[in-house]
Amino acid sequence: MTVTEEREVGSPRRRKEDARLITGRTMWTENVVLPGMLHLAILRSPVAHARITHVDTSAARELSGVVDAFSGRDVADIQGGLPCAWPVTEDMVHPDHPPLAVDEVRHVGEPVAVVVARSRAAALDALAAVEVDYEALPVVLDLEAALADGADLVHADKGTNRSYTWVFDSGEAGTGEAVDAALDGAEVVIKRRYRQQRLIPAFMEPRSVVVDPTGDQYTIWSATQIPHILRFLVSAITGTPEHKVRVVAPDVGGGFGGKLQVTPEELIAFVAAKRLGKPVKYTESRSDSLVSAHHGRDMIQDIELAARRDGTITGLRVKLLANMGAYLGLVTPGVPILGAFMYNAIYKIPAYRFECTGVFTNTTFTDAYRGAGRPEATYAIERIMDELAVEVGLDPVEVRRRNWINADEFPYTTVAGLTYDSGDYEAATTRALELLGYDELRREQAQRRDSGDTVQLGIGVSTYTEMCGLAPSRVLGSLRYGAGGWETASIRMLPTGKVEVVTGTSPHGQGHETAWSQIVADQLGVAFDDVEVLHGDTRTSYKGLDTYGSRSLAVGGIALYNACQKVVDKAKPIAAHMLECDPADLEFTGGQFRVRGNPDNGKSLADCALAVFAAHDLPDGVEPTLDADAVYDPVNFSFPHGTHLCAAEVDTQTGRVAIRKYVAVDDIGRVINPLIVEGQVHGGVAQGVAQALFEDAVYDADGNLLSGTFVDYTLPSPADLVDIVTDRTESPAPDHPLGTKGVGEAGTIASTPAVVNAIVDALRPYGVNDIQMPCTPERVWRAAQGGGA
Amino acid sequence: MTRISVTVDGVRYDDDVEPRTLLVHHLREQLGKVGTVVGCDTSNCGACTVLMSDPDGRLVGVKSCSVLAVQADGREITTIEGLAGPGNTLHPVQRAFHERHALQCGFCTPGMIMAAVDLLSENPDPTDDEIREGLEGNLCRCTGYQNIVRAVRDAAAAAREAGTSAEPEPPTVEAVDAATPDGGLPSEGTPDEAVPQPVP
Amino acid sequence: MIPAPFDYARPSTVEEAVAALADEDAKVLAGGQSLIPLLRLRLAAPTVLVDLAGLDALRGVHSDGDDLVIGAMTTHASVLADPLVNRYAPLLAQATGTVADRQVRHRGTLGGSLAHADPAGDLPAVAVALDATLEIAGAGGRRGVPAADFFVDYLTTALEPGEVLTSIRLPKRGEGWSTRYEKFNRTAQGWAIVGVAAAVRRENGGIAEARVALTNMGTRPVRAAAVESALTGASADAETVRAAAGHAAEGAEPTGDLSASAEYRSHLARVLTERAILAALGQAHAA
Repeated sequence: MTVTEEREVGSPRRRKEDARLITGRTMWTENVVLPGMLHLAILRSPVAHARITHVDTSAARELSGVVDAFSGRDVADIQGGLPCAWPVTEDMVHPDHPPLAVDEVRHVGEPVAVVVARSRAAALDALAAVEVDYEALPVVLDLEAALADGADLVHADKGTNRSYTWVFDSGEAGTGEAVDAALDGAEVVIKRRYRQQRLIPAFMEPRSVVVDPTGDQYTIWSATQIPHILRFLVSAITGTPEHKVRVVAPDVGGGFGGKLQVTPEELIAFVAAKRLGKPVKYTESRSDSLVSAHHGRDMIQDIELAARRDGTITGLRVKLLANMGAYLGLVTPGVPILGAFMYNAIYKIPAYRFECTGVFTNTTFTDAYRGAGRPEATYAIERIMDELAVEVGLDPVEVRRRNWINADEFPYTTVAGLTYDSGDYEAATTRALELLGYDELRREQAQRRDSGDTVQLGIGVSTYTEMCGLAPSRVLGSLRYGAGGWETASIRMLPTGKVEVVTGTSPHGQGHETAWSQIVADQLGVAFDDVEVLHGDTRTSYKGLDTYGSRSLAVGGIALYNACQKVVDKAKPIAAHMLECDPADLEFTGGQFRVRGNPDNGKSLADCALAVFAAHDLPDGVEPTLDADAVYDPVNFSFPHGTHLCAAEVDTQTGRVAIRKYVAVDDIGRVINPLIVEGQVHGGVAQGVAQALFEDAVYDADGNLLSGTFVDYTLPSPADLVDIVTDRTESPAPDHPLGTKGVGEAGTIASTPAVVNAIVDALRPYGVNDIQMPCTPERVWRAAQGGGA
Repeated sequence: MTRISVTVDGVRYDDDVEPRTLLVHHLREQLGKVGTVVGCDTSNCGACTVLMSDPDGRLVGVKSCSVLAVQADGREITTIEGLAGPGNTLHPVQRAFHERHALQCGFCTPGMIMAAVDLLSENPDPTDDEIREGLEGNLCRCTGYQNIVRAVRDAAAAAREAGTSAEPEPPTVEAVDAATPDGGLPSEGTPDEAVPQPVP
Repeated sequence: MIPAPFDYARPSTVEEAVAALADEDAKVLAGGQSLIPLLRLRLAAPTVLVDLAGLDALRGVHSDGDDLVIGAMTTHASVLADPLVNRYAPLLAQATGTVADRQVRHRGTLGGSLAHADPAGDLPAVAVALDATLEIAGAGGRRGVPAADFFVDYLTTALEPGEVLTSIRLPKRGEGWSTRYEKFNRTAQGWAIVGVAAAVRRENGGIAEARVALTNMGTRPVRAAAVESALTGASADAETVRAAAGHAAEGAEPTGDLSASAEYRSHLARVLTERAILAALGQAHAA
């Protein structure tokens, strides 16, 4: 058994990554310049749905500096189709998705033709010389209309706009009772329709890709979250042998799920580079990005909650319409399905039914955006819990307390069939109420209501849980996902005792270089600065499943921990040999093997690393290396939870909402680096608040994206957000030695309903029980006028 | 083509540029100053912020995606790459961003740091609200801005303590957090460590 | 994105500038903070840009008898910092402080903002409220146009092709005047949904004079004449102000867009007018 002192884990180490990021020495894909590199520009569809009757790139090809120009028709046979890795049902309708449109365009922004030129300016100029004629087709935008008989079709050859209908029913699954009976006989039934507006991930670094064909090798630099998945799929789609494809995700400027994609642009650049035998670069503009990089959310949620008069929930029925957009992206159909297991949230619900229908429309395709399915579920249940509280006359905290799983009931198998690992909802909630000053704010609220103040105060409660650590491979298999959920780590012990770590995760802001170093420093007893973390290049990290779904630490971190144990196990017989003792007499602590009872007699891991490098005197049969690989497949998801409270002031004259105080108490299991954790919570809450108040991707009746620049897709600036108060409770994950759960999405999942609940709570006296997101000043003002908005 | 002369990070460059060349593209593509990045096409995100001398010679923050290279003729420019002092000593704002974990993916960081330097040059002791308003022209998608505000506050304090001409002192992680319960930033047990130096 | 190609001229006199603008697809480049994004998105494609940055005479603020004269190429940042502006036209300083962000204010100019004539821009309403005269040079000589006549329509002014806006002349309003620019936007970076530029002069506890103009309540700035006449000679109490502000949207023809409907804009105009006037009078609004 090895004993380790934990010096690094739990400490707020400043990040290693910062050195290059704060000095401008960062390797973004856009910074990659190769000899002979050409620049690619993409002509995109200006119309939402049309037949391409004519396309001619010959005039563009004649222009100065233009090396190549082609349309989808020119490469129809070789460009392949974009993949969907998650066919959620056996009969899911899965239309072809060519990178360049061939005969028909189905959303504004869809790539139609490309120009490759010696400079970016020349390529952009030449786009104007590409001739395209469109014959308009009917535009499908409304989800319910799209499902009606005789509806116009996005994909005429499919005969329907329905991609799939996926059902979970606790009665049928045997995880609970039948929901119809619960609803029919209920003392209280609350029925609501909530809308998740369409959002855009809006990572700050626009997407960029460079493809370099050299001999039969293709090197792809891409601003992606998923270099390993991209390599596998580029190989599969283009028929290029996998060992001939190298993908590098250099420094990547944010993702939030938006770079969890195999994109048309990556494949188009690949096709162009292959045609020309030259390196080709494409970097999108922001306005291109907003219209063409995948969008998120966009669902209609019909939710029915059955309860007894005392507030006890007896059943829950959820029916979703999820907007797929025009095509299916990498995990598009699965996003709402991830939410299926979360509508029951932290509550003990005896009967549950979930039904989701994926619908095609003439809009940019949707896919993962921070939280992916879980924010939507949490929003709906936490909103309707407030409605239940009003209906049965309980405080919103009390109605939750009456239904939640108690700390002594873990592990707890839910009505959705998941087994929650650990948690203490009472502890997190108590702490949050204390930090907010809940009772005092309720008193102030009452005063403002009594005095008819034009500025009303509301308090929003959100008690959430989520599933992190995607994912046990067998579970993914049962959900028909196209891959596993394991993760890899390798440790390379250098002769001087320094350590190289190779991880299969692919950070783009999460600070893995720092956190992974902390874990290794403790497990191997080496200095934090003596660890180098390598990632994002399939040449060094040949196997991995990348970074999304709050999985990196909860899965990749355990692989790393296990690899460390293997290194120690390999070093022990070598140390024993040098110390001339029995390995069983050695203990490993602080990077030293010591003979039990004789602490002065020891050898360090570095001594062992040098010994295997020389290999002059090793025990018989011992391989001269300490290097170790580990692959970890999680046994379960992990389930962070927490309580977020928002106090908001609502100006009833203008509809302006001002967050007065925001408290986030999160239980994410054990913490490796509290500084990084706090940063994830801050950023996550900001994105969730932005959904509640600011962001909205709006199409007009013709399918034009009105929110097509940052002028109209309004990300909050520093002046639009406030400081939040954060704290933690800690229920370690019991299934693995690190006890960590994951924090990447928690803030986003928790905060949206906290904010909207606060606004609705402020306006209850005005007869308001819902406001459509984003809660713009006009919507809030209208609600205050007459109840609805 | 138009002949222009600009001094960037202390070095004079004379080049012929197309009039339509944006300053940020001139910096990145002709001068190799790739530390300055482009994040949008409508002047909203501020990722491309650099300091440029105004007609009176005062260095002020500008969005280099909304300045033509020809407009910068004869001007002096400081980018993120020219901010560090002799021997690559980090500028107090750079140091504070590191200390306060004021960046995650880091794409907005060069512009955010330059905007903060610009703000502090006019207002050396801003309130939190003044910091938020002063940085309203810069977008960050990762941090929620809270640690950026803390970093700018710390950098201001460090610069004031050090005086304008003195070597910047490292900001201290001090009791500013003690007033609010803050699970993320323990007020004690902060490891003593070296601030990383720029890659040579 | 990269702009489409264009030629570039950098005249050093107004006469040269006017000559350079002879080409009908020529466009003036002032600070470029509205124009360059349009060029990048290729929503504008002039053949030649005539950069006024070389015209030193168009920069700066000076006093001319009872007037304040501000060069068209004076940046927002310079306007904000100028002691004469703060003394004699504080409303302009207040509104300028809400324009875009620090970086844009370092490059953007007063003349550029007025000549761009975006109905959501903050400064046209100020020019109207303060009875500014816009001084223009062209091939036929120089002329002055009152702000009320300068703004013609959406992005359209009284400037003829080949003309250059050279300066903005404002009657000094210092002693006795108090002012407020009340701006309402969805996010700090957002354009004004509605803005109210208000200036009042108090005398013997009452309101002797009032000037109120509205931003984004139509395709050009709107003078709230009914509010002004209701306030003139009235007492400076909250009830009077509220009643007067109720007329704010009269005669305005606001449009609806992504950020607000016309009805909401009219409502906001009333609320914000009340708040602007109360603030100018040194009274917090009755919130």
